[in-house]
Amino acid sequence: MQPDFEQVWVYLSASPLTALTVTLMAYLAGDWIYQKSGRMPVLNPVLIAVSLITVGLTLADIDYWTYFEGAQFVHFLLGPATVSLAVPVAKLLKTMRGGFGSLLTALACGSATAAGSAVLIADLMNASTQTVLSLAPKSVTTPIAMGISERIGGLPSLTAVCVIMTGVIGAMIGPYVLNAARITSWDARGFAMGMAAHGIGTARAIQINKDAGAFASLAVGLNGLATATLIPIFWWIWQSW
Amino acid sequence: MLVALTQLLFCQLAGEVIARAFDLAVPGPVIGMGLLLAILLYRSNVPENLDSTATGILSHLSLLFVPAGVGVVAHLGVLGNEWQAILGSLVGSTIATVLVTGWVLQKMHRRHRDAT
Repeated sequence: MQPDFEQVWVYLSASPLTALTVTLMAYLAGDWIYQKSGRMPVLNPVLIAVSLITVGLTLADIDYWTYFEGAQFVHFLLGPATVSLAVPVAKLLKTMRGGFGSLLTALACGSATAAGSAVLIADLMNASTQTVLSLAPKSVTTPIAMGISERIGGLPSLTAVCVIMTGVIGAMIGPYVLNAARITSWDARGFAMGMAAHGIGTARAIQINKDAGAFASLAVGLNGLATATLIPIFWWIWQSW
Repeated sequence: MLVALTQLLFCQLAGEVIARAFDLAVPGPVIGMGLLLAILLYRSNVPENLDSTATGILSHLSLLFVPAGVGVVAHLGVLGNEWQAILGSLVGSTIATVLVTGWVLQKMHRRHRDAT
């Protein structure tokens, strides 16, 4: 009997099983390339996996939402994974003796730099006001950033895209910037990666060093809270100036 | 592992309930993380099975961003004709943030260590 390829294709292109399997395979391929390269940060596994899947979807003419039907099972785990970040942070805080002042100072400086420099550069490059506002919260985790963007008059969908791009850019170039600036301690490297590149930077830090991962996790949580509080206040002061 | 997974989901669920009940800007999973952190700090140690489950999930954290990443490529159109300004802002600001944060913490920690 001749196999009915068309029927197989109809099943495969619509089944969540395909999207899920393809997501895992693309990620494993990305991670394999990254490991083979001797862990070069520019060969980010997320970026490679996303590129492979995008090319695949375009060639097979499958739209994003059909793909997401299956990929959402992976996406869903971001919630429990976020909660899991409490574990390395708790272990870190239990062993820390002092040094909290320096963490809060680094948080204040980093948080202000992240939002301030993004707004300044976009404004200098003549971006529209709405785009500038959408860029302000780009260094915090996606749902917080979208909430802030909406509150100050940005475009939440644009913010979401900028947040993910920031994470990938940070994971790709952050380690080189830290090397060039001779920032060698794992606590400072991790904290800087979490501060600039939220979960994607943290994911990178966790795989490189346990301490760096814990400090990155701490930075993501603190930066989320700091930015969610400070940007609306700054925006309110700016408007009533 | 099943117990630990239930604990993680329960914290997330409690976080979602709190976020909605009080109409907070902070998302449920982040509040859930705060709840779990408070519980773990109150206890004398982190339970073994929660530790291993959390470590297991977090070692593959990168994978979890792939579906959202594909969504970004599908929605690159929102960048419109301002993509140069946006890309410049993201790259410049990321470099500045990494530099400032890392530098401040390394300088201050070194001073802290020297003082003690």
